[in-house]
Amino acid sequence: MLQIQRISKSFGGVKATDDVSLDFADGTLTAVIGPNGAGKSTFFNLITGAFRPDQGRIMLDGVDMVGRSPPEIVRHGIGRAFQVASIFPSLTVEETMLAAVGVDQRRAEVLHRRFPLPETRERAAHTLEMLGLADKRQRRAMTLSHGDQKLLDIALALVLNPKVLLLDEPTAGMGPEERWRMIEKVHELWTREKLTLIFIEHDMDIVFKIAPLIVVLCYGRVLATGTPEQIRANPAVIDAYLGTEQHEGAA
Amino acid sequence: MSELQADRSSGRVVAGAGQRRSAAGADLLIAAIGFAVLVSLPFLFSSKALVDFVIRCAAYGLFATSLNLLVGYTGLISFGHGMFFGLGAYSFGLLMQRTGLSIPAAFVLTLLISAVAGLVIGAICVRLKEIYFAFVTLAFQMLIHSVILSWQPLTGGDQGLRGGIPRPVFLGIDLGNQLHLYIASCALLVVGLLLMRQIAQSPFGYTLRMVRDNATRASFIGINVWRVKLAVFVLAGMFASVGGVIMSLFVSGAYPEFAYWTISGEGIFINMLGGVTTFIGPMVGTVLLLILNDTATRLTEHYGIILGVVILFFALGLRKGLMDFVVEWYAERRDKASTRETST
Repeated sequence: MLQIQRISKSFGGVKATDDVSLDFADGTLTAVIGPNGAGKSTFFNLITGAFRPDQGRIMLDGVDMVGRSPPEIVRHGIGRAFQVASIFPSLTVEETMLAAVGVDQRRAEVLHRRFPLPETRERAAHTLEMLGLADKRQRRAMTLSHGDQKLLDIALALVLNPKVLLLDEPTAGMGPEERWRMIEKVHELWTREKLTLIFIEHDMDIVFKIAPLIVVLCYGRVLATGTPEQIRANPAVIDAYLGTEQHEGAA
Repeated sequence: MSELQADRSSGRVVAGAGQRRSAAGADLLIAAIGFAVLVSLPFLFSSKALVDFVIRCAAYGLFATSLNLLVGYTGLISFGHGMFFGLGAYSFGLLMQRTGLSIPAAFVLTLLISAVAGLVIGAICVRLKEIYFAFVTLAFQMLIHSVILSWQPLTGGDQGLRGGIPRPVFLGIDLGNQLHLYIASCALLVVGLLLMRQIAQSPFGYTLRMVRDNATRASFIGINVWRVKLAVFVLAGMFASVGGVIMSLFVSGAYPEFAYWTISGEGIFINMLGGVTTFIGPMVGTVLLLILNDTATRLTEHYGIILGVVILFFALGLRKGLMDFVVEWYAERRDKASTRETST
Protein backbone atom coordinates (compact mmCIF):
# COMPACT_ATOMS: atom_id res chain seq x y z
CA MET A 1 0.00 0.00 0.00
CA LEU A 2 1.23 3.47 -0.86
CA GLN A 3 0.47 6.05 1.81
CA ILE A 4 1.17 9.71 1.36
CA GLN A 5 1.20 11.42 4.73
CA ARG A 6 1.03 15.20 4.89
CA ILE A 7 3.70 15.95 2.29
CA SER A 8 4.51 19.50 1.29
CA LYS A 9 6.97 20.99 -1.14
CA SER A 10 7.70 24.64 -1.84
CA PHE A 11 9.80 26.24 -4.55
CA GLY A 12 10.75 29.67 -3.32
CA GLY A 13 7.49 31.15 -2.12
CA VAL A 14 5.29 28.83 -4.20
CA LYS A 15 3.73 25.83 -2.49
CA ALA A 16 3.68 23.22 -5.24
CA THR A 17 2.43 20.52 -2.88
CA ASP A 18 0.64 21.55 0.27
CA ASP A 19 -0.11 19.10 3.06
CA VAL A 20 -1.21 16.28 0.78
CA SER A 21 -2.35 13.01 2.37
CA LEU A 22 -3.60 10.13 0.25
CA ASP A 23 -3.78 6.35 0.45
CA PHE A 24 -3.50 4.12 -2.60
CA ALA A 25 -4.57 0.58 -1.82
CA ASP A 26 -2.84 -2.32 -3.58
CA GLY A 27 -4.17 -3.05 -7.04
CA THR A 28 -6.15 0.16 -7.44
CA LEU A 29 -6.31 2.35 -10.52
CA THR A 30 -6.37 6.05 -9.71
CA ALA A 31 -6.42 9.09 -11.95
CA VAL A 32 -4.86 12.33 -10.75
CA ILE A 33 -6.44 15.36 -12.35
CA GLY A 34 -6.31 19.08 -11.89
CA PRO A 35 -5.67 22.33 -13.73
CA ASN A 36 -2.21 23.27 -15.02
CA GLY A 37 0.07 24.14 -12.12
CA ALA A 38 -1.97 22.06 -9.68
CA GLY A 39 1.13 20.17 -8.63
CA LYS A 40 0.39 16.85 -10.30
CA SER A 41 3.84 16.25 -11.76
CA THR A 42 5.46 17.58 -8.59
CA PHE A 43 3.40 15.01 -6.68
CA PHE A 44 4.89 12.25 -8.87
CA ASN A 45 8.36 13.73 -8.53
CA LEU A 46 8.04 13.63 -4.76
CA ILE A 47 6.90 10.01 -4.73
CA THR A 48 9.71 8.90 -7.04
CA GLY A 49 12.49 10.78 -5.27
CA ALA A 50 13.16 13.41 -7.94
CA PHE A 51 12.31 15.99 -5.27
CA ARG A 52 12.56 15.62 -1.52
CA PRO A 53 9.45 16.78 0.36
CA ASP A 54 9.92 19.63 2.85
CA GLN A 55 7.81 17.62 5.25
CA GLY A 56 5.69 14.51 5.42
CA ARG A 57 6.20 10.83 4.77
CA ILE A 58 5.74 8.56 1.78
CA MET A 59 5.23 5.00 2.94
CA LEU A 60 5.34 2.00 0.63
CA ASP A 61 4.30 -1.15 2.48
CA GLY A 62 5.36 0.47 5.72
CA VAL A 63 8.77 1.67 4.48
CA ASP A 64 9.42 5.43 4.30
CA MET A 65 10.64 6.49 0.87
CA VAL A 66 11.52 10.06 1.83
CA GLY A 67 15.23 10.79 1.51
CA ARG A 68 15.87 7.82 -0.72
CA SER A 69 17.36 8.28 -4.18
CA PRO A 70 15.34 7.46 -7.32
CA PRO A 71 17.25 4.20 -7.93
CA GLU A 72 16.52 3.08 -4.36
CA ILE A 73 12.85 3.94 -4.71
CA VAL A 74 12.69 2.03 -7.99
CA ARG A 75 14.17 -0.97 -6.21
CA HIS A 76 11.47 -0.73 -3.56
CA GLY A 77 8.88 -1.05 -6.31
CA ILE A 78 7.81 2.37 -7.54
CA GLY A 79 8.19 2.78 -11.29
CA ARG A 80 7.29 5.71 -13.46
CA ALA A 81 6.87 6.86 -17.03
CA PHE A 82 7.26 10.47 -18.03
CA GLN A 83 5.07 13.10 -19.66
CA VAL A 84 7.60 13.43 -22.48
CA ALA A 85 8.73 9.92 -23.44
CA SER A 86 12.02 9.34 -21.67
CA ILE A 87 13.94 6.67 -23.54
CA PHE A 88 17.45 5.75 -24.68
CA PRO A 89 17.56 6.99 -28.29
CA SER A 90 20.57 5.06 -29.54
CA LEU A 91 19.49 1.66 -28.22
CA THR A 92 17.07 -0.62 -30.00
CA VAL A 93 13.75 -1.41 -28.34
CA GLU A 94 14.99 -4.88 -27.44
CA GLU A 95 18.34 -3.67 -26.11
CA THR A 96 16.49 -1.16 -23.96
CA MET A 97 14.37 -3.88 -22.40
CA LEU A 98 17.23 -6.34 -21.97
CA ALA A 99 19.41 -3.71 -20.33
CA ALA A 100 16.58 -2.62 -18.02
CA VAL A 101 15.94 -6.21 -16.90
CA GLY A 102 19.68 -6.53 -16.31
CA VAL A 103 19.53 -3.47 -14.06
CA ASP A 104 16.61 -4.96 -12.12
CA GLN A 105 18.52 -8.22 -11.72
CA ARG A 106 21.46 -6.21 -10.37
CA ARG A 107 23.61 -7.16 -13.31
CA ALA A 108 24.06 -3.67 -14.74
CA GLU A 109 27.70 -3.58 -13.72
CA VAL A 110 28.68 -7.04 -14.91
CA LEU A 111 31.95 -6.78 -16.82
CA HIS A 112 33.01 -10.32 -17.58
CA ARG A 113 30.01 -11.40 -19.67
CA ARG A 114 28.64 -10.22 -22.98
CA PHE A 115 25.40 -8.33 -23.42
CA PRO A 116 22.64 -9.46 -23.49
CA LEU A 117 22.46 -11.90 -20.61
CA PRO A 118 20.31 -14.94 -21.43
CA GLU A 119 18.44 -14.68 -18.12
CA THR A 120 17.08 -11.26 -19.12
CA ARG A 121 15.45 -12.40 -22.36
CA GLU A 122 12.18 -13.89 -21.19
CA ARG A 123 11.04 -10.93 -19.14
CA ALA A 124 12.07 -8.45 -21.83
CA ALA A 125 10.21 -10.39 -24.52
CA HIS A 126 7.13 -10.76 -22.31
CA THR A 127 6.94 -7.01 -21.66
CA LEU A 128 7.44 -6.14 -25.33
CA GLU A 129 4.71 -8.59 -26.25
CA MET A 130 2.38 -7.14 -23.62
CA LEU A 131 2.85 -3.59 -24.91
CA GLY A 132 2.64 -4.55 -28.56
CA LEU A 133 6.23 -3.58 -29.32
CA ALA A 134 7.51 -7.06 -30.18
CA ASP A 135 7.49 -6.45 -33.91
CA LYS A 136 9.51 -3.26 -33.43
CA ARG A 137 12.14 -4.77 -31.17
CA GLN A 138 14.95 -4.24 -33.64
CA ARG A 139 14.14 -0.59 -34.24
CA ARG A 140 16.23 2.06 -32.61
CA ALA A 141 14.19 3.92 -30.00
CA MET A 142 14.77 7.26 -31.73
CA THR A 143 13.10 6.00 -34.90
CA LEU A 144 9.84 5.00 -33.20
CA SER A 145 6.63 7.00 -33.55
CA HIS A 146 5.64 9.26 -30.67
CA GLY A 147 3.05 6.75 -29.47
CA ASP A 148 5.50 3.86 -29.56
CA GLN A 149 8.08 5.93 -27.69
CA LYS A 150 5.48 6.50 -24.96
CA LEU A 151 4.78 2.77 -24.90
CA LEU A 152 8.50 2.06 -24.64
CA ASP A 153 8.73 4.49 -21.75
CA ILE A 154 5.93 2.60 -20.00
CA ALA A 155 7.55 -0.72 -20.91
CA LEU A 156 10.76 0.48 -19.26
CA ALA A 157 8.91 1.07 -16.01
CA LEU A 158 6.86 -2.08 -16.28
CA VAL A 159 9.69 -4.46 -17.03
CA LEU A 160 11.06 -3.76 -13.56
CA ASN A 161 7.98 -5.43 -12.04
CA PRO A 162 6.90 -2.43 -9.95
CA LYS A 163 4.33 -2.64 -7.19
CA VAL A 164 3.24 0.90 -7.98
CA LEU A 165 3.34 2.37 -11.48
CA LEU A 166 3.04 6.12 -12.02
CA LEU A 167 2.18 7.33 -15.51
CA ASP A 168 2.51 11.04 -16.14
CA GLU A 169 0.07 11.87 -18.93
CA PRO A 170 0.44 8.67 -20.93
CA THR A 171 -1.64 10.13 -23.78
CA ALA A 172 0.09 13.51 -23.98
CA GLY A 173 0.74 14.67 -27.53
CA MET A 174 -1.34 11.92 -29.14
CA GLY A 175 -4.21 12.12 -31.61
CA PRO A 176 -7.71 10.99 -30.53
CA GLU A 177 -7.43 7.43 -31.88
CA GLU A 178 -3.95 6.90 -30.53
CA ARG A 179 -5.06 8.24 -27.14
CA TRP A 180 -7.76 5.64 -26.83
CA ARG A 181 -5.45 2.86 -27.95
CA MET A 182 -2.94 3.92 -25.34
CA ILE A 183 -5.46 4.18 -22.55
CA GLU A 184 -6.93 0.79 -23.41
CA LYS A 185 -3.43 -0.58 -23.17
CA VAL A 186 -2.98 1.07 -19.79
CA HIS A 187 -6.27 -0.38 -18.56
CA GLU A 188 -5.32 -3.80 -19.88
CA LEU A 189 -1.99 -3.59 -18.05
CA TRP A 190 -3.70 -2.74 -14.81
CA THR A 191 -6.16 -5.61 -15.20
CA ARG A 192 -3.50 -8.16 -16.12
CA GLU A 193 -0.66 -7.15 -13.85
CA LYS A 194 -2.72 -6.34 -10.74
CA LEU A 195 -0.44 -3.47 -9.86
CA THR A 196 -1.25 -0.19 -8.21
CA LEU A 197 -1.52 2.25 -11.08
CA ILE A 198 -1.72 6.02 -10.71
CA PHE A 199 -1.91 8.19 -13.78
CA ILE A 200 -2.14 11.88 -14.55
CA GLU A 201 -4.55 12.75 -17.32
CA HIS A 202 -6.19 15.84 -18.75
CA ASP A 203 -8.77 14.15 -20.95
CA MET A 204 -11.84 13.84 -18.74
CA ASP A 205 -13.57 11.40 -21.10
CA ILE A 206 -10.68 9.02 -20.56
CA VAL A 207 -10.52 9.61 -16.83
CA PHE A 208 -14.22 9.08 -16.21
CA LYS A 209 -14.28 6.03 -18.44
CA ILE A 210 -11.45 4.00 -16.96
CA ALA A 211 -10.55 5.30 -13.49
CA PRO A 212 -12.51 3.83 -10.58
CA LEU A 213 -10.90 6.41 -8.30
CA ILE A 214 -9.99 10.01 -8.95
CA VAL A 215 -7.86 12.49 -7.02
CA VAL A 216 -8.27 16.18 -7.84
CA LEU A 217 -5.36 18.46 -7.05
CA CYS A 218 -5.62 22.23 -7.09
CA TYR A 219 -2.93 24.71 -6.03
CA GLY A 220 -0.95 21.84 -4.54
CA ARG A 221 -3.78 20.68 -2.27
CA VAL A 222 -6.17 17.77 -2.52
CA LEU A 223 -9.44 19.29 -3.62
CA ALA A 224 -11.39 16.06 -3.75
CA THR A 225 -11.08 12.30 -3.94
CA GLY A 226 -13.71 9.80 -4.93
CA THR A 227 -15.38 7.80 -7.66
CA PRO A 228 -16.10 9.41 -11.05
CA GLU A 229 -19.69 10.03 -9.98
CA GLN A 230 -18.62 11.72 -6.76
CA ILE A 231 -16.07 13.88 -8.58
CA ARG A 232 -18.52 14.92 -11.29
CA ALA A 233 -21.01 15.94 -8.67
CA ASN A 234 -18.53 17.83 -6.49
CA PRO A 235 -19.26 21.59 -6.73
CA ALA A 236 -15.69 22.55 -5.74
CA VAL A 237 -14.25 20.41 -8.56
CA ILE A 238 -16.77 21.78 -11.03
CA ASP A 239 -15.90 25.27 -10.00
CA ALA A 240 -12.14 24.84 -10.03
CA TYR A 241 -11.60 22.45 -12.90
CA LEU A 242 -14.45 20.70 -14.71
CA GLY A 243 -16.67 23.68 -15.46
CA THR A 244 -20.40 23.60 -15.97
CA GLU A 245 -20.40 21.79 -19.33
CA GLN A 246 -18.88 18.71 -17.78
CA HIS A 247 -21.24 19.05 -14.89
CA GLU A 248 -24.25 19.25 -17.16
CA GLY A 249 -22.92 16.30 -19.15
CA ALA A 250 -22.65 14.32 -15.98
CA ALA A 251 -26.12 15.29 -14.91
CA MET B 1 33.13 -8.09 -34.82
CA SER B 2 33.41 -4.41 -35.40
CA GLU B 3 30.87 -2.06 -34.00
CA LEU B 4 29.88 -1.48 -37.57
CA GLN B 5 27.62 -4.48 -37.08
CA ALA B 6 27.10 -4.07 -33.37
CA ASP B 7 26.18 -0.46 -32.99
CA ARG B 8 25.45 1.46 -36.13
CA SER B 9 23.23 -0.56 -38.33
CA SER B 10 19.58 0.34 -38.20
CA GLY B 11 18.30 -3.20 -38.17
CA ARG B 12 20.35 -4.76 -35.45
CA VAL B 13 19.40 -8.06 -33.98
CA VAL B 14 20.43 -8.71 -30.42
CA ALA B 15 22.79 -11.64 -30.36
CA GLY B 16 21.83 -15.01 -28.93
CA ALA B 17 24.12 -17.00 -26.64
CA GLY B 18 25.91 -18.66 -29.55
CA GLN B 19 26.33 -15.36 -31.37
CA ARG B 20 27.64 -13.69 -28.24
CA ARG B 21 30.22 -16.43 -27.82
CA SER B 22 31.17 -16.16 -31.47
CA ALA B 23 31.43 -12.35 -31.17
CA ALA B 24 33.80 -12.76 -28.24
CA GLY B 25 35.67 -15.42 -30.18
CA ALA B 26 35.87 -13.13 -33.21
CA ASP B 27 37.34 -10.39 -31.04
CA LEU B 28 39.94 -12.84 -29.72
CA LEU B 29 40.75 -13.99 -33.24
CA ILE B 30 41.11 -10.43 -34.53
CA ALA B 31 43.31 -9.61 -31.55
CA ALA B 32 45.49 -12.68 -32.16
CA ILE B 33 45.85 -11.85 -35.85
CA GLY B 34 46.58 -8.21 -35.04
CA PHE B 35 49.22 -9.21 -32.51
CA ALA B 36 50.82 -11.65 -34.96
CA VAL B 37 50.93 -8.98 -37.68
CA LEU B 38 52.44 -6.41 -35.32
CA VAL B 39 55.06 -8.85 -34.02
CA SER B 40 56.04 -9.81 -37.56
CA LEU B 41 56.57 -6.20 -38.69
CA PRO B 42 60.14 -5.76 -37.34
CA PHE B 43 61.15 -9.02 -39.05
CA LEU B 44 59.60 -7.98 -42.36
CA PHE B 45 60.82 -4.38 -42.33
CA SER B 46 64.04 -3.70 -40.52
CA SER B 47 63.09 -0.13 -39.73
CA LYS B 48 63.78 1.33 -36.32
CA ALA B 49 61.43 4.19 -37.12
CA LEU B 50 58.60 1.72 -37.68
CA VAL B 51 59.29 0.03 -34.33
CA ASP B 52 59.29 3.39 -32.58
CA PHE B 53 56.11 4.39 -34.38
CA VAL B 54 54.22 1.27 -33.29
CA ILE B 55 55.34 1.66 -29.67
CA ARG B 56 54.07 5.24 -29.67
CA CYS B 57 50.84 4.04 -31.30
CA ALA B 58 50.45 1.51 -28.48
CA ALA B 59 50.91 4.20 -25.82
CA TYR B 60 48.63 6.80 -27.40
CA GLY B 61 46.17 4.21 -28.73
CA LEU B 62 45.48 2.83 -25.26
CA PHE B 63 45.18 6.36 -23.93
CA ALA B 64 42.79 7.50 -26.67
CA THR B 65 40.64 4.37 -26.56
CA SER B 66 40.32 4.71 -22.80
CA LEU B 67 39.23 8.31 -23.31
CA ASN B 68 36.56 7.05 -25.68
CA LEU B 69 35.12 4.91 -22.87
CA LEU B 70 34.33 8.24 -21.27
CA VAL B 71 33.51 10.38 -24.30
CA GLY B 72 31.89 7.96 -26.73
CA TYR B 73 30.30 5.40 -24.44
CA THR B 74 29.36 7.47 -21.39
CA GLY B 75 29.08 11.01 -22.74
CA LEU B 76 31.67 12.31 -20.27
CA ILE B 77 33.95 14.73 -22.08
CA SER B 78 37.10 14.87 -20.02
CA PHE B 79 39.64 17.61 -20.72
CA GLY B 80 41.95 16.18 -18.09
CA HIS B 81 42.31 12.52 -19.02
CA GLY B 82 45.98 13.10 -19.76
CA MET B 83 46.61 13.29 -16.01
CA PHE B 84 46.38 9.49 -15.89
CA PHE B 85 48.84 9.17 -18.76
CA GLY B 86 51.29 11.32 -16.80
CA LEU B 87 50.48 9.61 -13.53
CA GLY B 88 51.17 6.22 -15.10
CA ALA B 89 54.51 7.35 -16.51
CA TYR B 90 55.69 9.01 -13.29
CA SER B 91 54.39 6.32 -10.93
CA PHE B 92 56.02 3.55 -12.90
CA GLY B 93 59.23 5.50 -13.42
CA LEU B 94 59.54 6.43 -9.76
CA LEU B 95 58.73 2.93 -8.55
CA MET B 96 61.39 1.49 -10.83
CA GLN B 97 63.99 4.11 -9.91
CA ARG B 98 63.45 4.18 -6.16
CA THR B 99 62.08 0.86 -4.97
CA GLY B 100 63.93 -1.80 -6.90
CA LEU B 101 60.68 -3.61 -7.60
CA SER B 102 60.35 -5.98 -10.53
CA ILE B 103 58.65 -4.56 -13.63
CA PRO B 104 55.42 -6.59 -13.21
CA ALA B 105 55.14 -5.52 -9.55
CA ALA B 106 55.74 -1.86 -10.44
CA PHE B 107 53.19 -2.18 -13.25
CA VAL B 108 50.52 -3.55 -10.92
CA LEU B 109 51.29 -0.88 -8.31
CA THR B 110 51.03 1.79 -11.00
CA LEU B 111 47.58 0.50 -11.90
CA LEU B 112 46.60 0.64 -8.23
CA ILE B 113 47.90 4.19 -7.86
CA SER B 114 45.93 5.24 -10.94
CA ALA B 115 42.83 3.52 -9.63
CA VAL B 116 43.06 5.30 -6.28
CA ALA B 117 43.70 8.65 -7.99
CA GLY B 118 40.77 7.95 -10.31
CA LEU B 119 38.54 7.15 -7.34
CA VAL B 120 39.42 10.33 -5.46
CA ILE B 121 39.33 12.68 -8.47
CA GLY B 122 36.36 10.92 -10.07
CA ALA B 123 34.31 11.05 -6.86
CA ILE B 124 34.47 14.83 -7.15
CA CYS B 125 34.26 15.22 -10.92
CA VAL B 126 31.52 12.82 -11.94
CA ARG B 127 28.97 14.65 -9.81
CA LEU B 128 29.34 17.54 -12.25
CA LYS B 129 27.66 17.82 -15.59
CA GLU B 130 29.00 18.50 -19.06
CA ILE B 131 31.24 21.56 -19.25
CA TYR B 132 31.76 21.67 -15.47
CA PHE B 133 32.96 18.08 -15.55
CA ALA B 134 35.25 18.90 -18.48
CA PHE B 135 36.83 21.89 -16.75
CA VAL B 136 37.19 20.34 -13.32
CA THR B 137 39.02 17.37 -14.83
CA LEU B 138 41.24 19.90 -16.59
CA ALA B 139 41.82 21.65 -13.27
CA PHE B 140 42.91 18.38 -11.66
CA GLN B 141 45.26 17.72 -14.54
CA MET B 142 46.84 21.16 -14.12
CA LEU B 143 47.12 20.50 -10.39
CA ILE B 144 48.99 17.25 -11.00
CA HIS B 145 51.16 18.98 -13.58
CA SER B 146 51.98 21.72 -11.08
CA VAL B 147 52.85 19.17 -8.41
CA ILE B 148 55.20 17.44 -10.85
CA LEU B 149 56.89 20.74 -11.67
CA SER B 150 57.23 21.92 -8.10
CA TRP B 151 58.10 18.69 -6.29
CA GLN B 152 61.57 18.72 -7.74
CA PRO B 153 63.33 16.32 -5.32
CA LEU B 154 60.89 13.56 -6.24
CA THR B 155 59.91 14.26 -9.83
CA GLY B 156 62.90 16.19 -11.14
CA GLY B 157 60.73 19.24 -11.79
CA ASP B 158 60.77 20.58 -15.32
CA GLN B 159 63.69 18.31 -16.21
CA GLY B 160 61.61 15.19 -15.60
CA LEU B 161 62.82 11.85 -14.25
CA ARG B 162 66.44 11.72 -15.26
CA GLY B 163 68.90 8.88 -15.18
CA GLY B 164 66.77 6.41 -17.07
CA ILE B 165 64.34 3.80 -15.85
CA PRO B 166 65.90 0.53 -14.68
CA ARG B 167 64.55 -2.43 -16.61
CA PRO B 168 65.52 -5.63 -14.81
CA VAL B 169 64.93 -8.77 -16.82
CA PHE B 170 61.82 -10.72 -15.82
CA LEU B 171 60.65 -14.08 -17.21
CA GLY B 172 63.37 -13.81 -19.82
CA ILE B 173 62.00 -10.48 -21.05
CA ASP B 174 64.53 -7.69 -21.30
CA LEU B 175 62.75 -4.39 -21.88
CA GLY B 176 66.13 -2.75 -22.39
CA ASN B 177 66.15 -4.59 -25.69
CA GLN B 178 64.14 -2.61 -28.26
CA LEU B 179 62.60 -5.70 -29.82
CA HIS B 180 61.45 -7.02 -26.45
CA LEU B 181 60.03 -3.62 -25.59
CA TYR B 182 58.27 -3.56 -28.93
CA ILE B 183 56.64 -6.96 -28.41
CA ALA B 184 55.69 -6.10 -24.82
CA SER B 185 54.10 -2.83 -25.98
CA CYS B 186 52.14 -4.65 -28.67
CA ALA B 187 51.00 -7.24 -26.11
CA LEU B 188 49.87 -4.50 -23.72
CA LEU B 189 48.07 -2.76 -26.56
CA VAL B 190 46.24 -5.87 -27.73
CA VAL B 191 45.31 -7.04 -24.23
CA GLY B 192 44.24 -3.51 -23.25
CA LEU B 193 42.07 -3.15 -26.35
CA LEU B 194 40.54 -6.58 -25.79
CA LEU B 195 39.68 -5.72 -22.20
CA MET B 196 38.17 -2.38 -23.20
CA ARG B 197 36.23 -4.10 -25.98
CA GLN B 198 34.87 -6.55 -23.40
CA ILE B 199 33.86 -3.65 -21.17
CA ALA B 200 32.09 -1.93 -24.07
CA GLN B 201 30.16 -5.08 -25.03
CA SER B 202 29.32 -6.18 -21.49
CA PRO B 203 26.09 -5.37 -19.61
CA PHE B 204 28.13 -2.58 -17.97
CA GLY B 205 28.92 -1.21 -21.44
CA TYR B 206 25.21 -0.98 -22.17
CA THR B 207 24.64 0.68 -18.82
CA LEU B 208 27.19 3.29 -19.94
CA ARG B 209 25.22 3.83 -23.16
CA MET B 210 22.03 4.32 -21.15
CA VAL B 211 23.74 6.87 -18.91
CA ARG B 212 25.07 8.67 -22.00
CA ASP B 213 21.68 8.70 -23.74
CA ASN B 214 19.53 9.71 -20.79
CA ALA B 215 21.02 9.79 -17.31
CA THR B 216 17.74 10.85 -15.70
CA ARG B 217 15.85 7.89 -17.13
CA ALA B 218 18.73 5.60 -16.21
CA SER B 219 18.34 6.74 -12.63
CA PHE B 220 14.60 6.04 -12.72
CA ILE B 221 15.11 2.44 -13.78
CA GLY B 222 17.43 1.85 -10.85
CA ILE B 223 20.89 2.74 -12.14
CA ASN B 224 23.15 4.51 -9.68
CA VAL B 225 24.45 6.96 -12.27
CA TRP B 226 27.15 8.40 -10.03
CA ARG B 227 28.59 4.96 -9.27
CA VAL B 228 28.54 3.90 -12.91
CA LYS B 229 30.29 7.11 -14.00
CA LEU B 230 32.85 6.73 -11.23
CA ALA B 231 33.52 3.11 -12.20
CA VAL B 232 34.17 3.97 -15.83
CA PHE B 233 36.26 6.99 -14.83
CA VAL B 234 38.50 4.73 -12.74
CA LEU B 235 38.72 2.04 -15.41
CA ALA B 236 39.51 4.56 -18.14
CA GLY B 237 42.16 6.13 -15.91
CA MET B 238 43.82 2.76 -15.37
CA PHE B 239 43.98 2.02 -19.09
CA ALA B 240 45.32 5.52 -19.77
CA SER B 241 48.05 4.94 -17.19
CA VAL B 242 49.14 1.82 -19.08
CA GLY B 243 49.73 4.13 -22.04
CA GLY B 244 51.89 6.26 -19.75
CA VAL B 245 53.85 3.19 -18.62
CA ILE B 246 54.60 2.26 -22.23
CA MET B 247 55.68 5.82 -22.94
CA SER B 248 57.97 5.95 -19.90
CA LEU B 249 59.61 2.69 -20.95
CA PHE B 250 59.97 3.99 -24.50
CA VAL B 251 61.70 7.23 -23.56
CA SER B 252 63.25 5.75 -20.40
CA GLY B 253 61.94 8.57 -18.28
CA ALA B 254 58.94 10.70 -17.52
CA TYR B 255 58.48 14.37 -18.35
CA PRO B 256 56.04 17.05 -17.21
CA GLU B 257 54.68 17.21 -20.78
CA PHE B 258 53.16 13.76 -20.20
CA ALA B 259 50.83 15.31 -17.64
CA TYR B 260 50.27 18.61 -19.42
CA TRP B 261 46.86 19.58 -20.75
CA THR B 262 48.04 19.20 -24.34
CA ILE B 263 48.09 15.42 -23.87
CA SER B 264 44.38 15.54 -23.07
CA GLY B 265 43.90 17.82 -26.07
CA GLU B 266 45.65 15.27 -28.28
CA GLY B 267 43.38 12.56 -26.88
CA ILE B 268 40.30 14.60 -27.78
CA PHE B 269 41.76 15.34 -31.21
CA ILE B 270 42.52 11.66 -31.82
CA ASN B 271 38.92 10.80 -30.97
CA MET B 272 37.64 13.54 -33.27
CA LEU B 273 39.90 12.27 -36.02
CA GLY B 274 39.08 8.58 -35.72
CA GLY B 275 35.50 8.89 -34.50
CA VAL B 276 33.79 7.98 -31.26
CA THR B 277 30.93 5.77 -32.41
CA THR B 278 33.12 2.80 -33.25
CA PHE B 279 35.38 0.99 -30.86
CA ILE B 280 38.31 1.05 -33.28
CA GLY B 281 37.88 4.76 -34.12
CA PRO B 282 40.37 6.10 -31.54
CA MET B 283 43.00 3.58 -32.64
CA VAL B 284 42.59 4.71 -36.26
CA GLY B 285 42.76 8.32 -35.05
CA THR B 286 45.99 7.57 -33.19
CA VAL B 287 47.67 6.15 -36.27
CA LEU B 288 46.45 9.08 -38.38
CA LEU B 289 47.59 11.69 -35.88
CA LEU B 290 51.03 10.20 -35.43
CA ILE B 291 51.56 9.86 -39.18
CA LEU B 292 50.31 13.40 -39.66
CA ASN B 293 52.42 14.72 -36.84
CA ASP B 294 55.59 12.94 -37.96
CA THR B 295 55.10 14.00 -41.57
CA ALA B 296 54.18 17.60 -40.81
CA THR B 297 57.07 18.12 -38.39
CA ARG B 298 59.46 16.78 -41.02
CA LEU B 299 58.11 19.14 -43.67
CA THR B 300 57.72 22.37 -41.79
CA GLU B 301 58.28 23.99 -38.46
CA HIS B 302 54.74 25.38 -38.73
CA TYR B 303 53.25 21.91 -38.36
CA GLY B 304 50.59 23.33 -36.04
CA ILE B 305 48.96 25.01 -39.03
CA ILE B 306 48.69 21.69 -40.86
CA LEU B 307 47.21 19.97 -37.82
CA GLY B 308 44.78 22.85 -37.40
CA VAL B 309 43.60 22.59 -41.00
CA VAL B 310 43.05 18.85 -40.57
CA ILE B 311 41.04 19.44 -37.39
CA LEU B 312 38.91 21.98 -39.24
CA PHE B 313 38.40 19.54 -42.11
CA PHE B 314 37.06 16.87 -39.79
CA ALA B 315 35.11 19.22 -37.55
CA LEU B 316 33.55 21.39 -40.26
CA GLY B 317 33.86 19.24 -43.36
CA LEU B 318 32.98 15.70 -42.33
CA ARG B 319 31.40 16.73 -39.03
CA LYS B 320 32.47 13.36 -37.73
CA GLY B 321 35.51 11.14 -37.32
CA LEU B 322 36.92 9.04 -40.13
CA MET B 323 35.53 5.71 -38.91
CA ASP B 324 32.14 7.27 -38.20
CA PHE B 325 32.13 8.54 -41.78
CA VAL B 326 33.19 5.17 -43.23
CA VAL B 327 30.63 3.23 -41.20
CA GLU B 328 27.78 5.56 -42.17
CA TRP B 329 28.82 5.42 -45.79
CA TYR B 330 28.91 1.62 -45.67
CA ALA B 331 25.51 1.41 -43.95
CA GLU B 332 23.95 3.73 -46.53
CA ARG B 333 25.46 1.72 -49.39
CA ARG B 334 24.18 -1.53 -47.91
CA ASP B 335 20.70 -0.09 -47.36
CA LYS B 336 20.57 1.11 -50.96
CA ALA B 337 21.66 -2.30 -52.20
CA SER B 338 19.02 -4.07 -50.12
CA THR B 339 16.36 -1.64 -51.40
CA ARG B 340 17.43 -2.39 -54.98
CA GLU B 341 17.25 -6.13 -54.31
CA THR B 342 13.79 -5.80 -52.82
CA SER B 343 12.49 -3.77 -55.76
CA THR B 344 13.82 -6.27 -58.31
